[in-house]
Amino acid sequence: MTLGHAIATVRAVVSSEIPQRTPLYPIQASIGAKFIAFGGWEMPVTFAGILVEHRAVREHAGIFDISHMGEFIVAGPNAEATLNQLLTNDVRQLNVDQAQYTFLCNENGGIVDDLIVYRIAPTIYLLVVNAGNIEKDFAWFTEHLRLPVVLENESNATAAMALQGPDAPRILPAAAALPRFSIASLDVFGVACRVARTGYTGENGFEILCPAAEAEKVFGGFIQHGVKPCGLGARDTLRMEMCYPLHGQDITADTTPLEAGLGRWVALQKPEFIGREALLAQKQTGATRRLVAFRMTEKSPPPRPHYTIFVDGRRVGEVTSGTQSPSLGLGIGMGYVPTASAKAGTALEIEIRGRTFPAVVETKPLWKNTK
Amino acid sequence: MNVPKNLKYTKSHEWVRVEGRDAVIGITDHAQHELTDIVYVEPPTVSDDVEAGKECAVVESVKAASDIYAPLSGEVIEANAELTDHPELVNQDPYGRGWLFKVRMSDSSQLDDLLNPEDYVNHTGE
Repeated sequence: MTLGHAIATVRAVVSSEIPQRTPLYPIQASIGAKFIAFGGWEMPVTFAGILVEHRAVREHAGIFDISHMGEFIVAGPNAEATLNQLLTNDVRQLNVDQAQYTFLCNENGGIVDDLIVYRIAPTIYLLVVNAGNIEKDFAWFTEHLRLPVVLENESNATAAMALQGPDAPRILPAAAALPRFSIASLDVFGVACRVARTGYTGENGFEILCPAAEAEKVFGGFIQHGVKPCGLGARDTLRMEMCYPLHGQDITADTTPLEAGLGRWVALQKPEFIGREALLAQKQTGATRRLVAFRMTEKSPPPRPHYTIFVDGRRVGEVTSGTQSPSLGLGIGMGYVPTASAKAGTALEIEIRGRTFPAVVETKPLWKNTK
Repeated sequence: MNVPKNLKYTKSHEWVRVEGRDAVIGITDHAQHELTDIVYVEPPTVSDDVEAGKECAVVESVKAASDIYAPLSGEVIEANAELTDHPELVNQDPYGRGWLFKVRMSDSSQLDDLLNPEDYVNHTGE
């Protein structure tokens, strides 16, 4: 990519295509957001710089617009059975106001999407799915329903933001007592919101859902409290340090949760769900490749998606995510390698512009939060 | 946007400062601002020849790797060694300590092909 292209990518979304904008676009534009295209959306990549925003979240707090993500409601007496048939995790484990991470898989066990399911009432579930997958997921649900349920796409009517960082409970004291992976209805700056103790950064914090029309009031409230606005750039470096997968990069319809090391969110003991047979077979024979985390062991350019991974001079896989880790000060990444090369400590080489640089397989997460 | 009057520019957002037979080259304030945090700089190899309009270096931000094009042909006589440990200088001081490399020009008439400051400002559309 040329410098001009890098700059043009930022500009193109402003001038040519018609990307979607979240309800928080105007307020973010007014405080200096720099926008990029992401999953069909025009989203802020940064405000004051990715590194300062990354540091703000690790040390204090930051607020992210995540309104591009999709929200579905699945409700009715058949909701539980429907979700247990479509999703890999077991929704029967959820009490009201609890949440779980889960996968929507195809018959081969490939990941159609990864999402969080919130049980917000005895027979009402809220699903938060990836921005680029909203239409595909909704179509998948519609096609695979076996029992009558209420299924609604609330994505356009719903705004979402993430307040992340060690200071988050002090900024939102009403939510400080929420256990991890639970959700509550709370007033935030005068707006009725759903607040969940979830996130994508590895820090303490909350994800906040509210009606689109009132999103600016909530976001503006945090900004007035001195919380730093953060963009997708920092969201990406923060999640990579935690080895949280990004759908479309680290996990896709061609990779399974077991290969990605995410089997704890697959309830194989359930009698039936889409993908179960394939995943059970893979569990029994053992996955032949694994998504590993690695760090560069010498000074090198940052690893990037699609760079080739070598073991003992043999090409074994590709980088799926990579960056210069702001917290660790070195290149980090993830990628699929044969299971035999997936153990922590295994020496890898990453090819970057025709040269190879040494790396080593590390245990996940790469950033060990000691706070 | 800072566009010093004493420099020449390219459409691909490099700047050139002429020092006799030599040309000092870097990326513009506009470019560093759009790229945000620079975390790695791969300059051309000293004593290699570069050709006007051909890629010869790479600047990497947190988000992406960007090729740098040689504004002029010639031999690379120096690369900014300070950027190895302090790539952030490109952000902090793009026209000063953040310079990238120095070329001994083989054809100084190529300078006429570069943009003057006003044209560069128009080119960026700001």
